[in-house]
Amino acid sequence: MADTMSATTHAPGHGPGQDVTKRDFLTLVTVSAAAIGVGAIAWPLIDSMNPSADVLALSSVEVDLAPIPAGQAITAVWRGKPIFVRHRTPDEIKAAEDVTLKQLIDPAPDSARVKAGHDQWLVVVGICTHLGCIPLGNKPTDPRGDFGGWFCPCHGSQYDTSGRVRHGPAPANLPVPPYAFESDTKIKIG
Amino acid sequence: MAGLHKSEIKNPVLNWIDSRLPIITLMQKEYGAFPTPKNFNYWWNFGALAMVILGIMVVTGIFLAMNYTPHKDMAFDSVERIMRDVNFGWLLRYAHANGASMFFIVVYVHMFRGLYYGSYKAPRELLWMLGVVLLLLMMATAFMGYVLPWGQMSYWGATVITNLFSAIPLVGDSVVTWLWGGFSVDNPTLNRFFSLHYLLPFVILGMVFLHVVALHITGSNNPLGIDVKSPQDTLPFHPYYTVKDSVGICLFFVVYAIIVFFFPDLFGDPDNYIPANPLQTPADIVPEWYFLPFYAILRSIPNKLGGVTMMFGAIAVLFVLPWLDLSPVRSARFRPIYKWVFWLLPISCVVLGVVGAHKPEDPWLTIGRLATLYYFAHFLVLLPLIGKFERPLPLPESISQPVLGGGGPLPASAVTKPMEKP
Repeated sequence: MADTMSATTHAPGHGPGQDVTKRDFLTLVTVSAAAIGVGAIAWPLIDSMNPSADVLALSSVEVDLAPIPAGQAITAVWRGKPIFVRHRTPDEIKAAEDVTLKQLIDPAPDSARVKAGHDQWLVVVGICTHLGCIPLGNKPTDPRGDFGGWFCPCHGSQYDTSGRVRHGPAPANLPVPPYAFESDTKIKIG
Repeated sequence: MAGLHKSEIKNPVLNWIDSRLPIITLMQKEYGAFPTPKNFNYWWNFGALAMVILGIMVVTGIFLAMNYTPHKDMAFDSVERIMRDVNFGWLLRYAHANGASMFFIVVYVHMFRGLYYGSYKAPRELLWMLGVVLLLLMMATAFMGYVLPWGQMSYWGATVITNLFSAIPLVGDSVVTWLWGGFSVDNPTLNRFFSLHYLLPFVILGMVFLHVVALHITGSNNPLGIDVKSPQDTLPFHPYYTVKDSVGICLFFVVYAIIVFFFPDLFGDPDNYIPANPLQTPADIVPEWYFLPFYAILRSIPNKLGGVTMMFGAIAVLFVLPWLDLSPVRSARFRPIYKWVFWLLPISCVVLGVVGAHKPEDPWLTIGRLATLYYFAHFLVLLPLIGKFERPLPLPESISQPVLGGGGPLPASAVTKPMEKP
């Protein structure tokens, strides 16, 4: 007759020759139930600190594009953050598209950073990805760095006309927030 | 090395900590091996239960405070925001509000246990008095907490209770103005109540620590009311009473969960869902249920200062209880008269509670006056008299003796053991 168990299971704390007892099973079940209980109590407490429904409801904003002529940019506010909305000139668009991915610190094609059919509009979060200052470049009188986009005065990071980082110490491109065109002259961010 | 505690812990890291701050040794001594009478019944669970509820109240309170605004223009709305917009805010609020009710239920049972089994008698008089201080702190905390939502009952309850202090001769009105921070219950009042409501639970925590220390000096009482005679009469607190308390805690959570999830407004007054209006008094101003007996006593006396004095007197009489009860025997089990008379006290408290919920008109007013009379007579007249003239039953020799035996029935010539000296 084949052995159904080749070796007896030893529970922690038991020596050889002492089997797993009912007590071990009960201890395991009790501790597991208690752990589930603690988790069930801890989760609502922790989750209560996550953004509440009213904060989440304020998380979309509409921007009217009509007053922004080509070459100009505005700063909108979304979720407490500055959003650069730039109406790019054809030269700026071409400059952005001509850059090869190998030249980029954080490679991304310009087409991935704008909406099809609306590539004259660049919408990026206006916070430098280095340590969080707001880069200069929205006003025509602002320094825009060597790449025609934005220049961060804090530590010298430079961004191009697609908002991509071209000179550090910033490690990443200016992020593109989720947005959509409600009409040719209105976008909704978030 | 000089100055280090000699720790018995095996684990080197824990040993290092314990030899510099022996909390592990302390916990093992006070909650691990601590010799506890082995004949506890479930009425002894309620102290530990109260500690658990205090923890629940502090934690839910801290998370509520992250979203609450203590300004009269925003308080009510901030509570509604918690209920509707904050993730699990409804649960935090209902757990906290109903936790207060559960806290009082548990503490009242805990106190009645003490009254029945003589846990307030020597050498535990100070332990009892610390407990009464804890009750007062709880009542202050609960009162201020109820004001915070700034509903109609919050505002008007605050107005009624703070106005009581004007009964103090000479300085009464100044005291009330000082409490209010103004000329009526208003924003300064709300703001300071929030501060104090956050503070007092930590004072309670400190007092609970003293309460447990005092308990550990004398050791716990037990249902027989007799002293522990030998280690044979005891069991180590862990695992016996940690497990028994866990059973009680689980049962408590079932009841608590039923209330919080299915009847969350059971104890509440609907008027408190109306924002406070200083220009409109509700038809019935009623405090939360746990204050109703004291409210009834207050309104039984037709004189303002008299009513206030009697209301505080109801607690004051608890302070001096150890010296009012003249019985040399602790537990009601061996007190044939007190055993029955005891029950008149919780009955009168319930009657007072019902009276407190009604308008102070007949028949409730008369019933309330009689119940108030009984309440004070119970402590000031009955306890001393019963204690003095009652013939107690013979006490067992020890806690173990009725269980472990000891030679069969006593011979006819045997004399009952002399009463234990308190």
